[in-house]
Amino acid sequence: MANDRIEKQIELKAPISRVWRALTDYREFGEWFRVKLEGPFVAGKTAGGYITWPGYEHLRMEVVVQKIEPEWLFSYTWHPYALDPKVDYSKETPTLVEFTLEKSANGANGTLLKVTESGFDKIPSERRLEAFRMNENGWAQQMKNIESYVAERQ
Amino acid sequence: MGARRQDYAIVFAALGDETRLALVARLSDGRPASISQLTDAQTTRRSKLTRQAITKHLRVLERARIVHRARAGRESLFELDLKAIDELSEYLALVSARWDQTLGRIKAFVEE
Repeated sequence: MANDRIEKQIELKAPISRVWRALTDYREFGEWFRVKLEGPFVAGKTAGGYITWPGYEHLRMEVVVQKIEPEWLFSYTWHPYALDPKVDYSKETPTLVEFTLEKSANGANGTLLKVTESGFDKIPSERRLEAFRMNENGWAQQMKNIESYVAERQ
Repeated sequence: MGARRQDYAIVFAALGDETRLALVARLSDGRPASISQLTDAQTTRRSKLTRQAITKHLRVLERARIVHRARAGRESLFELDLKAIDELSEYLALVSARWDQTLGRIKAFVEE
């Protein structure tokens, strides 16, 4: 793995058309990405909305759609973990997220989904610290969840 | 990777405590603080902790290399140790873990 990018892939037991809809229909995207987007994805335009992840509902995320090439490529740029409302991130270089779809090699109407996020070398170091802090909050939240889960079952 | 995972286990075990998380949160603005300041900060929360208890928690955080101690005259000041965190690889590990979770969710979503 080059150190300015993250590459992931996953086999999905669903046809390409189904996965494409989950990726590019803004309501479906919001379901699994945990964000309530206010409008559809349009190439060249910004799509944004409030995060629906417990504990982060007061925060917005925004992406700028780059490419929508049906059933093959969906990409956007954004500022990962850029969630502090007091900070202006617009001058920072965003990362590029690309989703690509191919027919699964195992046949059986499956889909191979690949995700690449690149451009991390341009992220300022204080932003990396911020990401760590946010993750720490995530852990705190997670522990609260465990705590209430356990409490309910006593 | 094995050693790395062990490091993370120590870090997460150290953070797996409400008081210690609160201490980390208190120090996360980058300003070093003395034991007295940290004890006072905790006292305003719902339970009162003694200086000895705070010292014990700080020791756990120190062993996990989450905080370190700097002398200022007679006093020990504690600050968050961000050396390990302030590395691109650590950051990428975070983002990578987040993508794993996100992809797990899209999988559940399209396969249901």
